[in-house]
Order: sequence, then C-alpha cells, then structure tokens
Amino acid sequence: MLSVLVFLPVVVALALSALPATSTTRRYTVPWVVTGLVQLVLVAVMWLQLPTSGYGFVEQVAWIPSAGISYHLGVDGLSLPLVAMTVVVFIATAIYSLREDRRPKSYVLLFLALQTVSVGVFVALDLILFFLFFDLSIVFMYFVIAGWGHGSRARSAALTFFLYTFLGSLALLLGFILIYLAATPHTFDIPALAVLNPLAAGGPLAGAALLAIGVGLAVKTPLVPFHTWLPPAHTEAPAAGSAVLAGVLLKMGTYGFVRIAMPLLPASWRQFAGVVVVLGVVSVIYGALVALAQTDLKRMIAYTSVNHMGYVLLGVGAAGLVAETDAQARQLATTGAVTQMVSHGLITGALFLLAGALHERGRTYDMGAYGGLAARTPRFAGLFAVAAFASLGLPGFSGFIAEFQIFTGALGATPVATAIAVVGILLTAGLFLVALSRMLLGELRYPDAPGTPRPLPDLRARELAAVVPLLVLATVIGLVPRFLLDLVEPASRAVNELVAR
Amino acid sequence: MVMMNEDPTTMIPELALLAGAVLAVLVGAWTPRRRQGRVRVLALVAVSGGLVATVVAATKPSSTTFDTYVLDTTTHAVRAIVLVAVALILWWSRDAVTAHPRESEFTALVLLGGLGAVLMAGTGDLMLLFAAFLLASVPLYALAGWAKTGATTEAALKYYLSGAFAGVTMLAGTTLMYGATGSTSYNALPEGLVTGAAGPAAVGLVAVLAGLAFKAGAVPAHFWVPDVTDGTPPAVAAVLTTIPKIGALAATWRLLLAVPEQIVPWPLLVAVLAAISMTLGNLAAFAQTSVLRLLAYSTVSQVGYVLMIIAVAARTPEAQPALLFYLAAYALTNIGAFAVVAAHPARTIDEFRGLGRRRPLLAAALVVCLLGLVGTPPTAVFVGKLTAFAAAFDGGMAWLVVLAAVNTVASLFYYLRWVAPLYRDEPPELADVSSESRTARQGAVTAATLSLVLGVAAGLILPLFAAS
Repeated sequence: MLSVLVFLPVVVALALSALPATSTTRRYTVPWVVTGLVQLVLVAVMWLQLPTSGYGFVEQVAWIPSAGISYHLGVDGLSLPLVAMTVVVFIATAIYSLREDRRPKSYVLLFLALQTVSVGVFVALDLILFFLFFDLSIVFMYFVIAGWGHGSRARSAALTFFLYTFLGSLALLLGFILIYLAATPHTFDIPALAVLNPLAAGGPLAGAALLAIGVGLAVKTPLVPFHTWLPPAHTEAPAAGSAVLAGVLLKMGTYGFVRIAMPLLPASWRQFAGVVVVLGVVSVIYGALVALAQTDLKRMIAYTSVNHMGYVLLGVGAAGLVAETDAQARQLATTGAVTQMVSHGLITGALFLLAGALHERGRTYDMGAYGGLAARTPRFAGLFAVAAFASLGLPGFSGFIAEFQIFTGALGATPVATAIAVVGILLTAGLFLVALSRMLLGELRYPDAPGTPRPLPDLRARELAAVVPLLVLATVIGLVPRFLLDLVEPASRAVNELVAR
Repeated sequence: MVMMNEDPTTMIPELALLAGAVLAVLVGAWTPRRRQGRVRVLALVAVSGGLVATVVAATKPSSTTFDTYVLDTTTHAVRAIVLVAVALILWWSRDAVTAHPRESEFTALVLLGGLGAVLMAGTGDLMLLFAAFLLASVPLYALAGWAKTGATTEAALKYYLSGAFAGVTMLAGTTLMYGATGSTSYNALPEGLVTGAAGPAAVGLVAVLAGLAFKAGAVPAHFWVPDVTDGTPPAVAAVLTTIPKIGALAATWRLLLAVPEQIVPWPLLVAVLAAISMTLGNLAAFAQTSVLRLLAYSTVSQVGYVLMIIAVAARTPEAQPALLFYLAAYALTNIGAFAVVAAHPARTIDEFRGLGRRRPLLAAALVVCLLGLVGTPPTAVFVGKLTAFAAAFDGGMAWLVVLAAVNTVASLFYYLRWVAPLYRDEPPELADVSSESRTARQGAVTAATLSLVLGVAAGLILPLFAAS
C-alpha cells in the first residue's frame, strides 16, 4: 500500500508522458489533482489503521543485500502527519497550477516526480533509500526553479540551490556510511540500526557522524549559517515551486533530525543537544530580524521559514537535553517540533501561493508597490491576514499549538534559550503586522506593470480552492489538535526512549 | 588452492575478440564499401560469443592458465564490461563509420584495443602485462588517427608520443623489478621483495605504474586526454577514454595486490594520485566550453575515484566489488555521454541550447548520464561511489573520502553548466541538422537506461563481483 502511495504520481506521470505535447493544460493538471486526491484517500485510510506502536504498513524487499541496503518502507506517528501534509500541499499546488500555460506537460511531469520523492523521503526506513529520495528532490526542484523561475537570475539561483543542498546531502551520505561501518552486521536499515545502536558509547566517531549528518540536514532545513541558498531560491522560484520547497522540502531536513540523528546517534545527540539548541535559537532570532528588514514579500516569507525551522530545532535540542531526566518535557518538545513541521508546511504553503497570486497581478513582490488592497481585493486581503496571523502563532491556529508545546517542553531544560526564542514570536508578529498594514491598509496603490490585468482583480475560484483548504486545516489543528497529537505523541515517546538509552 | 592448466578453451573470450578482429580485416578487404555493415555484424557475433563464454567461465572456480593468466572474478568482470562496452560503441557508431573508406579497420582496431584491455586485467606476469599494454596501445594509436583529418592526426601523434614515452618507462620498470626480485610473476613478487633489493623494486614499481597511469588517463600521465578526446570523432574518443582505462585500472589493482604494503608503501602513493586526479580533473573541467574537453577532464577525475578504491585494495574486502562495480558503472555512463555528443552536431555547451525541446529523449539521456557521472541516485555510479566511499572509510582513508565528496560537489558545477542550457528556450541556429545520428541517439538512450538499470539492480550484481 505504501509503495502505491509513493509511486502513484510517477505512474501517472508515465501515462501522461504518452499524451502529445500539444494537449491542453487541463489534460495534465486535472489528472495531477486527481492523483493527489487518491493519495489523500490512501493516507486517510492509513491514518485510521495505523498501529499504536512501531511502524505500520511495512514493506521490505532485499535490494542490495551485500551492502546492507533494502527497499524498506513504513510509517509511524512521526511520518504519517508529514506525509499527509505533503499530499495536501501538493494538491493545493496542483489546483493553483490548473491553468499553468508555460510548457504544462514538463511542468506537471516534474511536479508529479517531485511528489513521489517527497512522499518517499518520509516513508523510507533505509538510509540509502532516504538518501535517494532526498537527492532526487534536489534534482527535480532544480529543474522547477531553473525552468519556471522568474527571469534571468532564476538559473543562478537554481544552481546555488543545487550546489549548496547537494553538498549538504553528500555530508549526509558520509555520516550514513560512518554509522553503517560502525554497525555489525553492516546495515543501512533504520529500525535495525536503532536497535543495534552501534555508536552507543559516543566518542569522536559518533561525534563525527552527528556532525556530518547534522550539517547535511542543517543545509536542507536550513539553519543559520547554512541558509544562504534559501532566499534567492524562493525569490526566483515559481509560486508552486516555492510552496513545495518551503512546505515540503524543508521538512526533509527537520524530519531527518527526528528520524535519523536522534534515534541512531542518541549518545552524541544528548552530548551536543546544547549546540542544537543554540543553532535553533540563533535561527529563530536571525531569521526574524532579517525578515523584518525585507521589502520583498517572498524574501520575507522565506526568512520566516528560517525562523520557524529554528523552533523545531529548539524543540528537538531541548528534548535531547532533558532526555534522561524529564520524560514529559522531552515528549512535549518533540511533539511540538513535529506539529510545527506540519503547521509550517500548511501555512507557508498558503503564504507562498498567495504571494504568487499577487505577483501574477502586479508582476512584483515589492511590498512598497502595493497599498490599500483590503478595499480592492477583500478575499486576498482576508486570506493573507489569516495566513499571516496563523504564521505568527496566534492561538486558534496550528502554529500556536506547536510553538506552545515547544516552549513548555524547552523551558525547564533551557530557560535562557527559550526566553530568547520567545522574542522571535514578537518579532514575527511585528513583521507580519507591518507587512499587513503596508499592503492591505491605507491608500489604494498597485503597480502599473505592462501586461498586468487592470484593475487589480480579486482571487479567483481556482486560487481560493488552493489556499482555503490549507488555512482551514491549520485552523482545525489549532482548534481541535487531539486527532493529530494522538498520532504524534506515542511516536515521539518512542523516539525519546531511544534517545534516552 | 589455485589450479594450474594450459587449456586454450579458458581463453575463448580473448580468442573471440582476436578472431573477430582478424576476420574483420579479412572480410572487410573482400567486401564492397557499401556492404561493409556485415563486418560489424561479424564483430558483434564474436563479441556475443565472447560474452557467453565469459558467463560460462565465471561459473568455474578461480584458476591460472598458461602460468601467467589469472581467471578470477576480476578477469571475468573486466571481460564482461569490456565486451559490453565494445558492443555498445560498435553498435551506436554505425552512422559515423558507415561507408567510410576505413570502416572495417575501425571495427578491427576497436576489437584489438578491447583485447589488450582484457589481457592487461587478467595478466599475472609483468612480461605479459607489458605485451598487453602494447596491444592496448598500438591499435588505439591507429584508431586515434583513423578519421585522418588535421585534428585527428595531431591527436594520434600526441597519443603515440605520450604512449611511447610511457611504454619505455614501463619497460624499464619491468626490467628493474625483474632484476630486483628475480621473477616477473606476480605470485613470486612478495617473496622476491622480501629477499631481494626493495629499493630498486620500488622504483621499478613506480615506473610500471606510470605506464598504467598513461593508459588509465590518470595524473600525472593525463596530458593526452583532453587533446585526444577533442581531436577525434566522439565514437573514437569514447573508445579511448573507456576501454583501455578499464583494463589499466584492473591491472593496477592486480599488480598492487601482489606487493606487500609493508615493503613498498604504495597505498599512500595511490591515494595521493587519486586525490590529484580527481581535483585536477575537476578544476580543469570548470572553464571548458567544448563538451568533448569537458568530458575528457571528467574522465580524469573519474579515474581519481577509482584510484581511491585501489588505494585501499589490500585493506578491506569491500574494495573488490566497489572497484568492479565502479568500472562497470563508469563504462556505461561515459559511453552514454559520448553517444549524446555523437548524436548531435553541437560541440560547445552553448550549441546544446534547447535540445530538451527538439530531442527530449536525447536530452533526458544526457541528463541521466551527467547526473550519473556526478553520482546521483539511482544511477549506477551512485552505487559505485557509495561502495567506494564505504571501502575507503573502512580502509582508513577518511581524508580521501572527504576530498572525494567535496570534489563530487565541485563536479556538479560543470555538469550542470551543460545540463542547464538543454532546457533553455531559444535554440541556436545550427548550421547542419543533417549530421544528427540516429544510431548514436539510440545508443545514448540505451546506455543511459542501462546505467539506471545497473544502479537499481546493483543488489544482483554486487554479490557477483564480491566473489573471490
């Protein structure tokens, strides 16, 4: 069943590739949306049937047995919410792209391939399989940015993105090989390695492995100071690409911390949890401060991603600090971190799609070029305000549930770091309010760019259908979070027990 | 226990190549120019026969034949890789050589070069190694000049001069080693080194390695690679940068395994050569605008990764499957990349603009091959690199692995410089679309597909290579 879930988009892509290149856009985009909906049904079924402990829907086939590599898939409470979020974000981008008119065939095929590898990363239970999906996501995203980006700088932004994240993925691979060699028998299997715990004693080798894996994941997450690829990639990428990049691809980094770094290198994780906390807090503050200084809407949202991913790291780092002492705090922090990943995926996906809709109308992301949109485009203004409030962590939205748990869990472990990180929330609140007041309130202003529709039209049904479900989900998680937390909590307890060994 | 015999049937794959070459010359001489295609069919039949014989031979236990020729996993694997590579190149170069005045000569020379490469890999004796070196060199000098244009003549001369110099060095090295150890057999080397003069033997070993480095296109004997690759037709360049490399690297592996590292500390020497090869190849490739020169430097850097495995040859059992798999993966991917160049009249990166539009399948094959050379999963070179990295880690060369990883990322830069224009919209005004080659296009797609299949099916192949 998991294989079907993962490979369905690629199968659809292969079928679509048989269509003549002259077919209308809808011949490609409609099957894409349907693919996503089918995947969503599969995920819903899995959600209902997931066992309370261990991995569900496991599939294991020997692949390269002599190198200890197997085709091993499985989901648990950590990965299933992320899989669900991934599918939802892809459906939203598919709906948003229903009328994509630039080379629709290759566009849809690329996104379908990206959909497969994105789901694959979260369900892979073998380090090499994980790496395979992780790496292919970079390749496909490169083509999305280079092929459908805005303007001439897109290619150099895509190249920066590729080089930077590929370097990270190689560091990751080196770390995987270190763990592989430390285990007897040599294996890349994640559950087997978690049981074997080959580097239980810590020491320099385990530290080196954690450093390599940590750098690899930190680039993808991204954490300050490895974040410099992110703003240009986001600025140049098409709206749908940005939504997937921020909503899904960034989670691969943070998910790697929870799935790989914590359970496979528990001793080193506890030892260096302080470093993780510091990196997280620096990302929180730095991301928020730089976002505050942006005039470009997309760059601003990109930097808030750095800020939000910082909270995730604060959560998992704090869990490592109190791994042996406080079972409740460590679990709160980890659960919060996972919730934050889901929440950020939904909200940032919505924000980037809204930014894309604005760009389609005004051909610029410059916030100074817009003003008084609340009067002219009430639907856009309303949704943007909701998304902004959700992103800054207002109670009632998923972000609040996530950040509240992270702070509660981390407070006992690192009061100073947590206190500093809370300032990040204030800064994000400030920057979003500034952006809202600049763009939505005041006198009506919009750019007079050639080729733009005049007067500035409000969101269309297609755009509403893409953005509204994302925000509704974020609100549902914020109001009745139990359905999600019941899934995440047992899994995060299991992870923390592995870390505490 | 290794069995000895003098059974000629153990050499059927080599004899098939030889017979194919001889028949190609003879039949070619008596065939009208328009019907020379039958020579190629004959050659492909010979190669297929050799492949079948290889598969049959691989099921038997390891042995030594004629006292000097080792039949083990390495030999069988190199036989298979070279035969497949020869068959692929002969097949996709059809358009380029058909109706050429020297069509059958092309076939014969490629077969002879392949024979030399296989013999280098299988030999267990320094004398035979030199003979095989000559067999892998002389036909290829002629092949380099095969097209007989200004550039190819220069390329052939350059190739010949560096080859002659390397050959003399190698012969001197062989003499020194024989004088110091009292034997030319690899089996007698360890004992000979203990009792004989280790110093001169070490010098001799380095000289022999210099000759092999020339064939492999490794630093410091890599200077011929870019000029020869750029000066010859892509089909010839594909042969020169693939087939002798496989033989030379396997020969280096076999020779070094016979030398105890306590007496001659060769792992460090090989590791340094590996490091310089991959770094220099990459740095030089950065600025290239000619795709053939870019591929040439890329082959230099690829040799570096293989040398990294050889550097830990004696230290870990993981080295052998890594080496053989890497060679197989490299051969397929490299041949695929050259086939793309052969399929398209463009010779500079800029001229490849818009290929994704006009020839989507060819462009996809190029993307697979180039990302394959980088080592992106799930291509074959990824598995090769993975096993290579693991072997080098295990053999205590962590610094080399880190350097290789950094180089891999650096290599991305120039491979992507070639990939990016493929999907740009504005196609260049190509002077001559008629010189596109359909067979090369098929070859490129086939090689790219095979490299993907090999990567995914690595689980089936790796255990075969691991057997001793």
